[in-house]
Amino acid sequence: MTGELGQLALCLALALSLVQAIAGLGAGHTQSPLAARIASHAALGFAVFVCVAFGALVAAFVTSDFSILDVAQNSHTLKPLFYKITGVWGNHEGSMLLWVLMLAIYTVLTVLGRRGGMRLTSAALGVEGLLAVAFLLYILLASNPFLRLDPPPIEGAGLNALLQDPGLSFHPPTLYLGYVGLSATFAYAAAALLTGEVDAGWARAARPFLLVAWCALTLGITAGSWWAYYVLGWGGFWFWDPVENASLMPWLVATALLHSALATERTGAFRSWTLLLAIGAFSLSLIGTFLVRSGVLTSVHSFANDPERGKFILCILFVAIGGALALFAWRAPKLESGTAFEPVSRESALLLNNLFLTAAAATVFLGTLYPLFLEAATGTRISVGPPYFAVTFAPLFVVLLMLVPFGPRLGWRRGNLQSAMQTLAPGLAAAALAGALALAIGAPRSLTAAAAVALGVWVIAASVLDLRSRSQTHALSLHSFASALAHAGLGVTLLGIAGTICWKSEALEVVSPGQSIQVGGYSLQFDGVSAVAGPNYTASRAAIEVRRNGTEIARLAPEMRSYPVEGQAVSKTAIRTTGYSDLYVALGDNRGGGRWLIRAFVNPLAPFIWLGGGLMALGGLASLLCRLRLPLPRPVLAPAE
Amino acid sequence: MNRKKQRRLWFAAALVVASIGGAALVIAALKDNVLYFYSPSDLQSRGVHPGVAFHLGGLVKPGSLKRGPGSEVRFVVTDGHAQVPVAYSGVLPDLFREGQGVVAAGALESDGVFDASEVLAKHDERYMPPDVVDALKRAGRWKEHGS
Repeated sequence: MTGELGQLALCLALALSLVQAIAGLGAGHTQSPLAARIASHAALGFAVFVCVAFGALVAAFVTSDFSILDVAQNSHTLKPLFYKITGVWGNHEGSMLLWVLMLAIYTVLTVLGRRGGMRLTSAALGVEGLLAVAFLLYILLASNPFLRLDPPPIEGAGLNALLQDPGLSFHPPTLYLGYVGLSATFAYAAAALLTGEVDAGWARAARPFLLVAWCALTLGITAGSWWAYYVLGWGGFWFWDPVENASLMPWLVATALLHSALATERTGAFRSWTLLLAIGAFSLSLIGTFLVRSGVLTSVHSFANDPERGKFILCILFVAIGGALALFAWRAPKLESGTAFEPVSRESALLLNNLFLTAAAATVFLGTLYPLFLEAATGTRISVGPPYFAVTFAPLFVVLLMLVPFGPRLGWRRGNLQSAMQTLAPGLAAAALAGALALAIGAPRSLTAAAAVALGVWVIAASVLDLRSRSQTHALSLHSFASALAHAGLGVTLLGIAGTICWKSEALEVVSPGQSIQVGGYSLQFDGVSAVAGPNYTASRAAIEVRRNGTEIARLAPEMRSYPVEGQAVSKTAIRTTGYSDLYVALGDNRGGGRWLIRAFVNPLAPFIWLGGGLMALGGLASLLCRLRLPLPRPVLAPAE
Repeated sequence: MNRKKQRRLWFAAALVVASIGGAALVIAALKDNVLYFYSPSDLQSRGVHPGVAFHLGGLVKPGSLKRGPGSEVRFVVTDGHAQVPVAYSGVLPDLFREGQGVVAAGALESDGVFDASEVLAKHDERYMPPDVVDALKRAGRWKEHGS
């Protein structure tokens, strides 16, 4: 029953999104209030039916309705309720439905927000309708989650055990909230091009969507990296895996867009560039979806797949990107260029920011897609590893971070570098001090680490100095905290990365009960392994006594879990964190005779990596909140001279 | 030419120079940091020098997994035609199994043993790394399975 309900709801949603697309684009063209009203109502109806369809799929998973193929392949009666629900998006079909659910959420927000006037909103709804049509067609034709299985199996195949983890459960929805949020920005940009209202109005209208998308992307990437860190058991947090890159590229371009739209709103600068970035950011999120969901890449995230689906997504990709770029080429010549600005000004700083961010995105793009191109062209299979990104991506970000503190200290149109330097001078001193300290007490001694610490402290200190300087002239508002928090977050993440990479200590040993492992000043005594039963797994749990200077400070219990249904074994690491350093222990395989392989790390500053991600998202949230509560900042109208 | 146009021209010129320079650097970086993917048959027909890093892909030969001494493990990667012994020191990934697909990163020792610095197994029961599928197809050992 739920299957038919879901199927029906999807068909109705498709019909309504088609109405929404036609009426919305029509209203954008003719400015007919009737068409605009039809578009909004169709959009709301579309959202309702998508929710019904998604609800039906959740119900099918919760009740373990194995007559539905998707449920039979990805669920199991013994799975805890929580993972039955999160399993809905732990597979290809369900995750595409989640994509459309997110699109529905943003469509409703577009209708309710009514930002940017009737004409622009209608056209944006029209574009969102087109996207909905494309993805609903894809779901119904190539990736239907409601396909029936006859006869139904008695038991399901279970969910990939690696995905049965609370941290990962919210990684896909958050990331999708970000990916799809860029579709709203894209819709407004395309609407501006379609209606010819290419002034800054669209950027102002789209900003809340962009901020939501950016915060969600930031959190999603942070959550993914955290998951990789504590689930995969290698102690690493970022692997330059193509699919990680697929989420990083839209983030880089969305960050650039966030900054360039700021200039477009305030002074009208970079109008066409901002439009192009909005198209680019969403294109990259579509490419990300294609890379992840088409199975062209070897990755943690590739689901079992057939090539038809890849081709379908590729078609959507070409039509959306090609169409938007054609629109841009058609309208861009009509764009007036913004007012001029001095070489030292907020605009110049934002320009540099954009230059570095897009260049960084380009290097990631090339490193991620080059193996695909090479294979298509010559048949040679290669992979591009972390060393490539270390020599291309890292230098760009180092220079970017050196410059970041200046941006908020420079005025629009014409800035005063000297006064900025005066404000920031204590930051330089703090950075030098921190670098020297890192060189003196960091073990092993590492110039790279010291330089990175200095850079991180420079960015953090500059954010604090920026706030202090602002508080001297006027009361601090939420608005002042937005950029300070986001920039400080970058610095904090850098500290975490530097500490983890340069000062990590590692031990890998086979131990018998009673034996100890020494790592980074800790002594880990292995007290044997006991069998533990979980809801749908059995585990070997190690007992480990952690000692420091002879006194016991903690007991850790890393596990090796075995999921009989899925036929998988998954290690569960144990992490003891002091807030600025992690002791990380993973249980390896059984070597017989009570001996086990144990891997332990001490990762100094590791928690900072994710703390920084959280700070960045908080900064975005602060900016979003003052967007929603306060009147829009006034455009700077006085011409520069 | 007015001031604005002049500034734009400078900006465009700087952009072109920067992107050419950037592209050159990136391509140089790509050349030095690319890992090739070989199957055991490729190694037999091609001959790769010891010490050159690459990715080795195939199936873990059933019965070939030997643990120890210490943290070392040894197993054999096969594609049905040729096989390569692999030595690895570390924790094998959660989904590592005999008889299933694996990709290892490392280099050949002079005695013909592949010294793996990293071992990646497939991350899904129903999923086989495309690299491995390809290698098996070329060796004529790939069969579509129903599940």
